[in-house]
Amino acid sequence: MRAVLPCAWLLAVVLACAGCTVRESADPGTTGVHAAPVRPVPLQQGSVFAPPSVQAMQADEFENPGMLWVARGAKLWRQPEGSGARSCADCHGDAGSMRGAATRYPQVDPASGQLLDLEGRIMQCRSERQQAAPLAWESEPLLALTAWVAFQSRGLPMQVSIDGPARPFFERGRERYQQRVGQMNLSCSQCHDANWGRQLGAETISQGHGTGYPVYRLEWQGAGSLQRRLRSCLSGVRAEMFPYGSQEHLELSLYLAWRAGGLAIEAPGVRR
Amino acid sequence: MDTGGTRIGRVAGMRPGTMATMASALLLAMTLMPAAASLAAAPAVDAIERPLVDGATDPLRGRAIALGRDGNCLLCHGLVDAGRPTGNLAPPLDGVAARLGAGQIRQRVVNPALTNPNTIMPAYFVVDGLRQVAEPWRGKPILDAQQIEDLVAWLQTLR
Ligand code: HEC
Ligand code: HEC
Ligand code: HEC
Repeated sequence: MRAVLPCAWLLAVVLACAGCTVRESADPGTTGVHAAPVRPVPLQQGSVFAPPSVQAMQADEFENPGMLWVARGAKLWRQPEGSGARSCADCHGDAGSMRGAATRYPQVDPASGQLLDLEGRIMQCRSERQQAAPLAWESEPLLALTAWVAFQSRGLPMQVSIDGPARPFFERGRERYQQRVGQMNLSCSQCHDANWGRQLGAETISQGHGTGYPVYRLEWQGAGSLQRRLRSCLSGVRAEMFPYGSQEHLELSLYLAWRAGGLAIEAPGVRR
Repeated sequence: MDTGGTRIGRVAGMRPGTMATMASALLLAMTLMPAAASLAAAPAVDAIERPLVDGATDPLRGRAIALGRDGNCLLCHGLVDAGRPTGNLAPPLDGVAARLGAGQIRQRVVNPALTNPNTIMPAYFVVDGLRQVAEPWRGKPILDAQQIEDLVAWLQTLR
């Protein structure tokens, strides 16, 4: 798909219409062309599409502002909390215990049957196992703990399960990914499958992977979660945003994690 | 025109005459469906000849709409004298008036899906068939009829 020149691409779109018009009218909301689940080829990290200065910032542990959140997370990991005054480390031990954990999220919690992303799992430990006051979505301590846990998987390939109980969540995420939304009437797929590597105004559209999250984003002047990024994309097409912790975010995140299968975790990423 | 309503979208505040033009364009498009590949080239189905409003138009205001946040056309389109980075998801607007007539340009802006159902270009004067539109914009077209005509006037200067 990527090898063709823009003109050839336009022509392909026009020609493709001959075959896809019928499918289109049966389900006017989806793009039709990308209905089957596809991974971009070749898979490329989000950082590859960032400006060189931003890439350099991410690569240098001392320059990467996201490392501040990692350091704060390391502290919180050892801090006793809740009724039993237990720290994460009291149960889990040192950093090594979290190696690879982030590559398996989102996943279905066997006890509740709910889909949890990494933040959700940490919140669950915090409220159920530490019996401490719940952490709010997108709060600084949650971002710090998530950045620290994700950092332990840096360089390891994403490998979520989409079988068994995860399957229906995955399917709904996939459908939502193809769904045109908002006043601009665009789907995730139309930007991140069909147009990655191209310019949307001053921004280069990436393949839309979540492997760098939480990221430090210059525009935010702070760290933010994948869910926050999804809200930015939705607001960009003038679509209603999903709330933090919503089923819609989790299902989309599972689809994204599958789509990024094999791609290494690069958290904490840096973005413009 | 129920089936058309979903895909084509009800056009906001359009004059009856224009609506009829669009409806017949759609009918024609449907009869031509098996040959959809030639749809874009068939002149009879790809133009909205009647302006959406009577009266004066202002190409300079049109340019401001295209370059500013109202139209945001340069998110996707190039333009030689834009003076800033532009997108490259779409052909440059330079020379568009040499390629397309006024009616074709109007159709592309009002509802480009009439000629290309898979287009990524938003329909600027359609309110139906959209999902999950954020509250401030719900039920409203991206641009109003006067803005569309100002834009068309500016695009016609790009030879
Ligand atoms: C109009 C085009 C557009 C649409 C539609 C869109 N995005 Fe994005 N998205 C962007 C741009 C531009 C960025 C910022 C640059 C980049 O990293 O791709 C971005 C960033 C992202 C990122 C972060 C990538 C990174 O490495 O930091 C993810 C993940 C993402 N989008 C997912 C989605 C999902 C899921 C949807 C659908 C709900 C969606 N996007 C819809 C344009 C779009
Ligand atoms: C009382 C003991 C206890 C405490 C305290 C605790 N956890 Fe856990 N944690 C567990 C158990 C038990 C599991 C579940 C293991 C399983 O069944 O998957 C778990 C699972 C996890 C997982 C998922 C690991 C994986 O491989 O899927 C993460 C991440 C995690 N905890 C983070 C934390 C963090 C961060 C804290 C501190 C805020 C914390 N935990 C505090 C007991 C604890
Ligand atoms: C999200 C991307 C996007 C935006 C925003 C956008 N367009 Fe387009 N436009 C396209 C694409 C892609 C095409 C190529 C034909 C197609 O795919 O429908 C196109 C085609 C056109 C054409 C026909 C060009 C030709 O040479 O045939 C015109 C005219 C046009 N656009 C005008 C505009 C105007 C005016 C605006 C702003 C009000 C605008 N576009 C905003 C993506 C966009």
